[in-house]
Amino acid sequence: MTLHRKLAALLVGLALMATPVLVLAVDDPSEMLANPQQEARAQAIGAQLRCLVCQNESIEDSSAGLARDLRRVVREHVAKGENNQQVMDWMVSRYGNFIRLRPALSVGTLLLWAMPVLALLIGVGTAFLFYRRRAAAPPPPPLTEEEKARLARLTKD
Amino acid sequence: MTTPSDNLTRRRLLMALPLAGAGVAGVAFWKMLDGMEHGSFNPHDINTPVLNRTVPDFTLAPLPPADGFTAQDLQQITKPVLVNFFASWCIPCLAEMPTLMMLKDKLDMWGIAYKDKPENAASFLRHSGNPFTRLGDDHAGRAGIEWGISGVPETFLVGPGGVIRWHTATPLTENTINKVLLPLVHRVQTP
Repeated sequence: MTLHRKLAALLVGLALMATPVLVLAVDDPSEMLANPQQEARAQAIGAQLRCLVCQNESIEDSSAGLARDLRRVVREHVAKGENNQQVMDWMVSRYGNFIRLRPALSVGTLLLWAMPVLALLIGVGTAFLFYRRRAAAPPPPPLTEEEKARLARLTKD
Repeated sequence: MTTPSDNLTRRRLLMALPLAGAGVAGVAFWKMLDGMEHGSFNPHDINTPVLNRTVPDFTLAPLPPADGFTAQDLQQITKPVLVNFFASWCIPCLAEMPTLMMLKDKLDMWGIAYKDKPENAASFLRHSGNPFTRLGDDHAGRAGIEWGISGVPETFLVGPGGVIRWHTATPLTENTINKVLLPLVHRVQTP
């Protein structure tokens, strides 16, 4: 075997090792929809759905039994002609917002996003109020005789 | 107009503020741990949206020896029913069975075998005892998805009219039953 051939074999081997990483998780081709457009849409929806068993993987990436079942459900709904929002709503009504890998924009999440700006505004506002109050305050009254005596005692040495 | 002594008390109050904050955080943390111990709070629980909703539509194959059931059956109950998803392949379910057997005289329990072979589920119930008065077989796991379960065992308390009142995704313990479940059953029973 020449060096070229060895190199080529090595390259082919490496390519084969890399392939499974490129293919999304559907581990059984019979799961896939015949229509490539619908299959692509089902994969896009599935990539946004959390696998409730592994919790940090999407159902497209997970090989858990429940993830496989949910992939099938997604494909059934897509094949029926439902749009992405309808499939997502079906999932959220059963598993709650937790199933979304990308949380929806709601009052709670909006507040979360706005928190740094809000905290800064509150801080600047409070500092400004304090500053104005201090500037407006009259100078402290002169020391009383008693206080003068105490100060003298304290600073004697 | 503030006097020096006013300033002093204010400074003391401000110094007490972090202490008070730590106190409040401590009490909240203690309450959280207490809830975790008694089963009223579970941080691992996926927030199931089925709570306080009527039971979802689902279909089950019958699983001898008990009668099967449908969503309509659950909507017609007049006393609370505990619905338990179990499987013969699930070790926590096996561990949970003695607890369910103890509960069976106090509460009507309906079981759903999740992704299990009917013969395996039946033999599981023969060996561990059968606490269920009704039994269904969810071989494909589709009923489980309708209920929003992510594994077994999962347990739901269904109140009169088929409204889901409580849910847990962990095996039931005696502590949970006495501190959370039975008081709730009592409340649901007497509207």
